[in-house]
Amino acid sequence: MALLEFDDVSVTYRSRGSDIPAVRGVTLSVNAGESLGLAGESGCGKTTLTSTVLRMQPKSAKVTGEIRLNGDNILDMTWGQVRALRWAEASVVFQGAMHALNPVQKIGDQLSEPILLHSKVSKKDADRRVGELLEMVGLPARRADAYPHQLSGGQKQRVMIAMALACDPQLIIADEPTTALDVMVQAQVLNVLQGLVKELNVGMVFISHDLSVLSSTCDRIAVMYAGKIVEQGPAADVFDHPQHPYAGALAGAFPRIGDTRYRYSPSGLPGDPPFPGDLPSGCTFHPRCPVAVERCATQEPSLIQHGSHQTACLLVGSEIA
Amino acid sequence: MTTPTEVDASSIPEGQAAALEARDIAVTFRGRGGGGQARAVDGVDLRLGHGEIVALVGESGCGKTTLARTLLGLERPAEGTVLVDGEPLDYSSRALKAYRRRVQLVLQDPTGALNPRHTVYEAVAEGLRIHGLTDNENERVAEALSLAGLRPPERFFLRYPHELSGGQRQRVVIAGALVLKPDVIVADEPVSSLDASVRGEILALLLRLRDELGLSLLVVTHDLGLAWNIADRVAVMYLGRIVEQGPTEELLANPKHPYTRALLSVVPEMGRMEQVVLSGEPPDPTRIPAGCRFHPRCPVVASGEAAALGIEEKCKGQSLPLLSPTGAHSAACYLEASADSPS
Repeated sequence: MALLEFDDVSVTYRSRGSDIPAVRGVTLSVNAGESLGLAGESGCGKTTLTSTVLRMQPKSAKVTGEIRLNGDNILDMTWGQVRALRWAEASVVFQGAMHALNPVQKIGDQLSEPILLHSKVSKKDADRRVGELLEMVGLPARRADAYPHQLSGGQKQRVMIAMALACDPQLIIADEPTTALDVMVQAQVLNVLQGLVKELNVGMVFISHDLSVLSSTCDRIAVMYAGKIVEQGPAADVFDHPQHPYAGALAGAFPRIGDTRYRYSPSGLPGDPPFPGDLPSGCTFHPRCPVAVERCATQEPSLIQHGSHQTACLLVGSEIA
Repeated sequence: MTTPTEVDASSIPEGQAAALEARDIAVTFRGRGGGGQARAVDGVDLRLGHGEIVALVGESGCGKTTLARTLLGLERPAEGTVLVDGEPLDYSSRALKAYRRRVQLVLQDPTGALNPRHTVYEAVAEGLRIHGLTDNENERVAEALSLAGLRPPERFFLRYPHELSGGQRQRVVIAGALVLKPDVIVADEPVSSLDASVRGEILALLLRLRDELGLSLLVVTHDLGLAWNIADRVAVMYLGRIVEQGPTEELLANPKHPYTRALLSVVPEMGRMEQVVLSGEPPDPTRIPAGCRFHPRCPVVASGEAAALGIEEKCKGQSLPLLSPTGAHSAACYLEASADSPS
């Protein structure tokens, strides 16, 4: 049994009388000790999908399908059960650590809050645990006395990771944890996260639009477009040999330094992702797709196994491969 | 306008003055709470030729943005000179206003750079109005928008920033810079807040502006992949100094400075390279280490290699000369010197 399973999950927002499908039938799983990278542009539904794990989606959202954590369907749980789950079994490292910490409270107090709430320990034990957590993410234990403004961006991001670890969760959802960080600090944070997966045997879902970061950090990558998974497979494979044209465009957006094909020819993807309330017919990617053929506009591809990947593209396995 | 006699002849490959040049610039800020002076930029020579794209690379806090602001005339250097087409920058307010027509800034976050209550037209026309260029406003705005890739431009005139995607917003910001027909654009992290798919599009636009309009471009970034994509030359900055500079291919294929090597090794696409993760963040510009300013974090010093080569004393005590801002690939590092002259 996988640690986390999404089984045909759809999320629909209700807005001004119309239904907006943000996530459309996603099936995915993450095992303990495994990291799954979830890639896609802004608005593709990746954050919406993962927000359902801790039931953090807005009230207007209708969720169907099953989301199982250790086999229990989260959608069937009472509110109290979900609350007990948060922090203790699954936690989130949010995007933009700069703004997620309380500026007028010491780091240590913010870290001990979930510990005191979720386990029956004394303040002293909680403080000891805070010290351990800080050291785990490469900060000296005495930094517990610091206020957020006394820390740099990378340090704050590491505090956020420490906080997510406070109650020994089995699953960590990291939502763009290194966006806006420098390359060197990003490398430090990524190493911390990778170490946690391997050493503490936690499962991790890592959300990013940067396929290169995911390929160096995760075991598997799933690429989302317009609310659906369009490709998934082993991380290095998806990055080096993407099958879906969209995954190819994402992978090509980050140049391999030293490869002359990328010199003076940055590659991007023209156009914008479709509005979820007004999706194109057939394959939702066809209006932006560089290799689309006529039937792409009418026929919706399903996710089919091709070698080590699963890909939703009519052309994979036929003329291009 | 150009007075090549002012410029050291050895630094002018094409026999013309640079579009923009920093000569031994230092910028200092008063330390907080009785702390020492912060030397954010501490002796920098940098040259941006006409029609050239230079990437200024470094970590947060290394002084790259301060240097860019100084080149824009937004910050006055404590020492050194900014040269524009070979002439020292004039800091009188009238001269600065004229200067700012020629040198435009594009910022990192287009959402923050645009007034949410201004339409695209107003955002782009604002520069024209400030500079009193009121004739043919409509045409000028339309031309700038289509140069920035927003076509047909009229369709965007009355849109508000919230109706645009991130990439379109960045194009509006770029159009706002182009409308004044500048010679130079300074772009501070122009793609780091954009989606991966949009990133390549914006970089291709910058490249096209250089090719079609002959613009010179200084791109401030921490992204070495961006440099590989579009830059002719790269200057790597560490704690207020340029520590390595040279043509992009040479510098990135064969980095000489241990700091550049470390930066390159942590780029995620460079998975095959052995990672050198430097601990901590750049040190404090109020306390610049003696000798080579990188030595406390330098993996070559830490591993004992520097000691074995007999350069450790120099690394820790003897400061390095400034790098020449042009020509051959060079690094401010004793390792480099010891490799050139075998002992």
